[in-house]
Amino acid sequence: MGLYHTEDQAMLKDSVAPFLAENGSIKQLRSLRDSNDATGFARDLWSQFAEMGLNGILIPEAEGGLGLGHVEAGIVLEEIGRNLTQSPFLSTAVAAVEALRSASADIRGQWFPKIAGGEAVIGLALEEGKKHNPAATALKAERSGNGFKLTGAKTFVVHGHVADLLLVSARTAGAAGEEAGITLFAVPRDAAGLTAEADRLVDSSMSARITLDGVQVDADAVIGEVDAGWAPLTALLNAGRLGASAELVGVGTGAMDMTFDYLKQRKQFGKVIGEFQALQHRAAHLYGEMEGARSIVLKAQHMLDDGDPRGEMFVSAAKAKAAKSTNLAVREGVQMHGGMGMTDAYDIGLYMKRDRALNEVFGDLYFHADKLAKMNGY
Amino acid sequence: MTDLETFRKEARSWLEANCPPEMRQPVKADDDVCWGGRNWVFSSPAQKQWLDVMAAKGWTVPDWPVAYGGGGLSPEQTKALRQEMAKLNCRSPLNSFGIWMLGPALLKFGTEEQKLHYLPQIARGEIRWCQGYSEPGSGSDLVSLQTFGEDKGDHWVVNGQKIWTSYADKADWIFCLVRTNKEDKYQGISFLLFDMTTPGVTTKPILLISGASPFCETFFDNVAVPKHQIVGELNRGWDVAKYLLGHEREMISGMGGDGGMASLGSFYADVLADNPVLRAEMAMFEVENLAFRAHSERFMDEWKTGRAHPAYSNLMKYVGTELNKSRHELVMAAGGSDALEWESARTNGGARPRAWLRTKANSIEGGTSEVMLNVVSKRILEMPGA
Repeated sequence: MGLYHTEDQAMLKDSVAPFLAENGSIKQLRSLRDSNDATGFARDLWSQFAEMGLNGILIPEAEGGLGLGHVEAGIVLEEIGRNLTQSPFLSTAVAAVEALRSASADIRGQWFPKIAGGEAVIGLALEEGKKHNPAATALKAERSGNGFKLTGAKTFVVHGHVADLLLVSARTAGAAGEEAGITLFAVPRDAAGLTAEADRLVDSSMSARITLDGVQVDADAVIGEVDAGWAPLTALLNAGRLGASAELVGVGTGAMDMTFDYLKQRKQFGKVIGEFQALQHRAAHLYGEMEGARSIVLKAQHMLDDGDPRGEMFVSAAKAKAAKSTNLAVREGVQMHGGMGMTDAYDIGLYMKRDRALNEVFGDLYFHADKLAKMNGY
Repeated sequence: MTDLETFRKEARSWLEANCPPEMRQPVKADDDVCWGGRNWVFSSPAQKQWLDVMAAKGWTVPDWPVAYGGGGLSPEQTKALRQEMAKLNCRSPLNSFGIWMLGPALLKFGTEEQKLHYLPQIARGEIRWCQGYSEPGSGSDLVSLQTFGEDKGDHWVVNGQKIWTSYADKADWIFCLVRTNKEDKYQGISFLLFDMTTPGVTTKPILLISGASPFCETFFDNVAVPKHQIVGELNRGWDVAKYLLGHEREMISGMGGDGGMASLGSFYADVLADNPVLRAEMAMFEVENLAFRAHSERFMDEWKTGRAHPAYSNLMKYVGTELNKSRHELVMAAGGSDALEWESARTNGGARPRAWLRTKANSIEGGTSEVMLNVVSKRILEMPGA
C-alpha cells in the first residue's frame, strides 16, 4: 500500500477536521483555562467523540469498537493537535486500549464498552521520575491474599485525578531499571488507599500525582502476565508514543500554517514580510522538517498496523522527529509573529505550550534518539 | 494471494536465480557500478551478465513501456521489485543519466521515432549520456545560457561552452540546452541531442577538491546538429529542461540515504562508546535518516500517483542533499585520523575523505539549496514577491 491516506482515511479526516474545528477549538481550551476548570477537558466533547464512534477506534469490532488502526487513530490525533483540543483520547482510546487487549476477558468486557461509550477515562500511571523511564519502575506490588498490594507513587498522570481506571506499572520482581519483573495492573481510581492530587500544567492540561498506600487488587487486575508486564506496556507505549507523534504533527502544522498566514499579512518596510528571503528560507526549511515528521509518523503507523518487527524502532524515530520538527515550528512561530507572538491574545503561544508538554509525554527527543541508538547497537 | 503478492514472489525467485552472487556484494569501488556506453569496461563477467539478463527482462527500466525496452511494470510492481532487490542486496544493474533524466524527458516530449530509437539503447546500456546545462556564466541563473545554435536549414551549427558536464569525457551522446533565439530569454532555448564524437566537440575534465574529475568543461566549435535531433518544439527547450530538472532533483534527493535504512552508527559502535557527544550527534542523524527514508518513500508514492505538488522534488532535493552532507561529516568524525588518509591501500585509497568532499557538491549541482528554498517558498508555500 502506498504511503498516503486511502479514500476511507481521507473521509475520516474530512469528518473529524470540521467537527473538531467547531467543537474542540482553541476557544474551548481558553474557556477551560480561564474558568479554572478542574476536570481538564470538556466532558460534552468526550461524549460527542463516543457518539461518533471515535473512542472505540482501536477496539476490535467483535468487542464493540471500530477495529481500525494507528493510521486512523493518528488522523483523529492530528486534528486534536491542530485544534489544541484537551481530550483523554490519547491516553484512553489509544494507549490504554492497546494495553487492555492483553487484559482478561472480564476486564475487557467491563472497560471496552465504557471507553467506546465515553463513560470512562483511563489514566496512565507509569512515570516515577521527572523524565520518562518506564523500566525504572520501582512502585512495589507484593502478593497479598488472592491478589496484590501496591505501594508507591506515580507522577505525570494526565487526567489521573478524574480517571475511572488507572493502568499502573509496578515491580513484582527484579530491580528498578530492568524490563523483566514489571507487572501492569488495572486499578480503579476509587480503590482504598489511592489518592490523586492534580496540578495544572503549562499547556492548561491537568496532570495528577498518584499515591498508592497498600492498595489491594485482585489477581485478575493483572494485565498480561505477572513479571511480564513489559509486553502490554510496550504495546501501550508504542501506541501512546506514536499517537503523541501524530498529535505533535497536528500542533506543528497548525503553528506553521498560522505563521505562514501571518507572513503573508504583516507589513513592515512597506512590504509584506513574507517577501523577505531571510524569512522565506526559514519558512521553506520548516516546511521540509514538518513534512519529514509527517512522513515518518505515517510510516511508523503503517508498520504498527502491519505488525512489522521494526515498528518499535520507527515509533521512536517518529516521536523524536515529530518532537524536533514541531519544536522548531513553535519556536519559529513565536519569533516570526514578533511582539504579537509574546501576547496571550494570539494563539501561537498556546501552540508553544502544548508542544512543550507533548514533547515530554512518553519520552522526549533525547530519550527516543538514545533508544534508537541502543536498538542499533551503540 | 493478490496479483501484487504473486508478482513479488515471482520477482524474488527470478532475482534469486538470475542475480550473480558477486552482484549482491556491497559496492566498494567506482567501477563496481556499471554506467554502460560504448567504452565501458566491465569490471567482471558477472557485471556484464547482470546487465544483460536485467536488460533482456526490461528491468533496467522496469516502469518504461515494453516497446521501448522497459518492463511495462505498474508503479506498485516497480516498488515491489526495488524492495525485493534491496532485500537481496542486488546492485543496480545500470546507472545512467539516460535512465534517470533523458529517458523521462523523451517519454514525455519525444516523437515516436525518437522513443523507438533512443530509449532501447538507454535500457540496454549501449549509449552513455551526459547533460549539457550549466555554463560558466549561467549556474543558478541557468536560463541566461549563451551557447548558440545558428539555423543552417537542415541543421544547426552550435558554438559555445558548457561546464560541470558530468562524465562528458566518458559519455557517447549529450542532451544539451542551446539558445536558438536571442530575443526571448525563456522561449529561445532548444533541447538538442548530439553525438560527442561530432567534429568540434572537446571536453576537459575539472580537478575537484575530492581529487576526482567527474565533471568537465565541454566546448562546441561549429558543431553540426541535424534538425531531427531536437526534443520538443523549437525554442521550447526550457519546458523540457524544467521537467527534467525535476527528475534530476528526484535522483539527487535519493542520495540522501546512500546507506539506505541501515544504521550508520552501528558501524562505529566502538568509537561512539568512548565519545558520548558524537554518539548523540549520530543518534540525531539516525532519526533524520529514517525520517528522510520515509519522506522519500511517501514522495515517490505520491509522485507516481499524481498526488505530489509539482514543485515537491525541489524540497526533496534540499532535504536529501543536506542530509547526505551531514552523513559524511559524521563518517569523517567517527573515522578519526584513519579517515584523513588520502592515499593508502589500508583505507581504500582515501575513499572516505574523497567521498566526503564529493558530497559538498550535492547541494550545489542540479540547483543549489538556496534556489531550492526559493522555489519551495514561492511555489509550494506561495510566499509573496517575485
